[in-house]
Amino acid sequence: MEQLAQLVISGLATGSIYALAAMGFTLLWQASGTINFAQGEFVMLPAFIILAGMEWFGLPLYASFLLALLISSLLLGLAFKRMLVDPMIRHGVLPLIIATIALGIFLSEGVKTFYSAEAQPFPDLLPEGLFRVGGVVVSYHDIGVMAVALVLIIALQLFLSRTMTGRAMQATAQNPETARVLGVNIERMILYTFVINAVLVTVAAILVTPVYLAKFDNGASLGLIAFIAAIVGGFNQMRGALLGGLLIGVINNLTVAYLSAAYRDAIPLILLIVVILFKPEGLLGRREERTV
Amino acid sequence: MRGRLILLLLVAALVLLPLGLKNYGIYLLSLWAISTVAALGLNLTLGYAGQVSLAQAAFVGIGAYVSALLTTNGVDFWVALPLAGLLCFVVGLLLGFPALRVQHHYLAFVTLGFNVLVFLVLRNEEWLTGGSYGVSDIPRPAVFGFATDRPLAFYYLTLGFLAAAGLALWLLVRSPWGRAFTALRENPMRAASLGIDIRTYTLLAFAIGSALGGLAGAFYAPLVEFIDPTPFHPAASLALLLMVAVGGSGYFFAPFLGAALVILLPEWLRFSEGLYLMLYALLVMVLMAYCPSGLCGLWVRFQARMRARGAGLAEGGRP
Repeated sequence: MEQLAQLVISGLATGSIYALAAMGFTLLWQASGTINFAQGEFVMLPAFIILAGMEWFGLPLYASFLLALLISSLLLGLAFKRMLVDPMIRHGVLPLIIATIALGIFLSEGVKTFYSAEAQPFPDLLPEGLFRVGGVVVSYHDIGVMAVALVLIIALQLFLSRTMTGRAMQATAQNPETARVLGVNIERMILYTFVINAVLVTVAAILVTPVYLAKFDNGASLGLIAFIAAIVGGFNQMRGALLGGLLIGVINNLTVAYLSAAYRDAIPLILLIVVILFKPEGLLGRREERTV
Repeated sequence: MRGRLILLLLVAALVLLPLGLKNYGIYLLSLWAISTVAALGLNLTLGYAGQVSLAQAAFVGIGAYVSALLTTNGVDFWVALPLAGLLCFVVGLLLGFPALRVQHHYLAFVTLGFNVLVFLVLRNEEWLTGGSYGVSDIPRPAVFGFATDRPLAFYYLTLGFLAAAGLALWLLVRSPWGRAFTALRENPMRAASLGIDIRTYTLLAFAIGSALGGLAGAFYAPLVEFIDPTPFHPAASLALLLMVAVGGSGYFFAPFLGAALVILLPEWLRFSEGLYLMLYALLVMVLMAYCPSGLCGLWVRFQARMRARGAGLAEGGRP
């Protein structure tokens, strides 16, 4: 029983990181119809920006993290939208999917060629150590991860629902035409979405990398988990992405402990296929109306 | 007419080229022919049915393992080959059915997941696949009693396989059945109103594409004579997809061109692998932004412009 509780808690911690990546993925989809196949590489890259800041410029970890936030916002937010998504969106969904796949390869090969092909140790911002709650061993690290992710998610929700800009962003996602008529600067709102995604992946990077080490090909599995979380939860719902991320984190942990470590990556996939078969709009999703 | 002449010259070049090459060059050309078949299958899914499949490497892997395991246990290659194709066809149907029930991009996720799953099975089920140690000493097939153990003989076998697959696909795309595919891609709503069952056709395109991947895999195993799970990693599926996209999805010759760009060109340019992949990924992104129909589309556009200019000159010099 204690073991189960421990597994669930650490699963929730990892799951909340997946949720960050999945929410960014969902936001991009809602705002601009972008299916970002490079989302995993988007989590991988900031980790290396942080490392580069520390090793090449001798910055302390937090300063390097701020630098990574800035560079990510410019590169993975602004430049990604302006240089890749904007010229392509008029061609439809397919070219953009292929281009983001290419972007993922570009980023991971770039890191491999210009930084290192080896896994790099990554400093942890969060405290180490364990404590006990009635027989259950909990690590400060897991609690820290959950707290950071939770604060970010709540801040994002408040921003989207309480501020003028946030509401304009939601309006843009729901009905761009009407939003435009009402005087919302749609282009700007979509740009904000891309920047928010960049912030989400950077935070996900600093949380997840101390566990997995920084490696150029980390993106592949992370990206897949983010997609699965987004679909399982409901592709058109932010809450869905959160639920999906947490669910996969917990399921992963339980699989390793009780079923098979070799097939831990397989269980989310089976979950994906079951959801697509029986509830294709996702656990919390609404059915999308088809536009003809 | 000119097109046929070019085609004839290219075929002649493919037949004569290896005579001046060392074994490694012949190996690369054989690999090109096999990859082209896998990409032809993917082009049917992507270019004609408009679906993103990210599992082509998994189907190549299934085909390769079926062929390797059967032939090392004494079954004849020519029995193993159709089995590999058939198995991939059935798996393609089973996989495509749930994914194609819903929105179009779901197939991409499901197939990517499937590829991960296949990779895990290949790596973990040592009793069947040998795990990371793989399967070694895969025999090369005999054709009418002639052994194809030598690189040149095996190259001609793969070239014949490519020609057969290419011809079959050419006929398929031009059959009424294949025309339905094109109608589907151009305007699904209209195609549906004409009584084409979109889902069935898309599913069949995916399954046939997967079967071609399996057949290509069945030839890949005896080419390399030793297989392990590495070449069937999901990353290889992404590479195959980009191969088709860079050539120009939906153009018949796109896979030939794309495979050449990925397999032959880097050897010739002697780039480091990472740098070449970066340049290649960059090329794909630029193409997708400015000419989503790939290099073939660029060529068609260029030709149209030349023709327009020619016509303009004939009319009195105004371009």
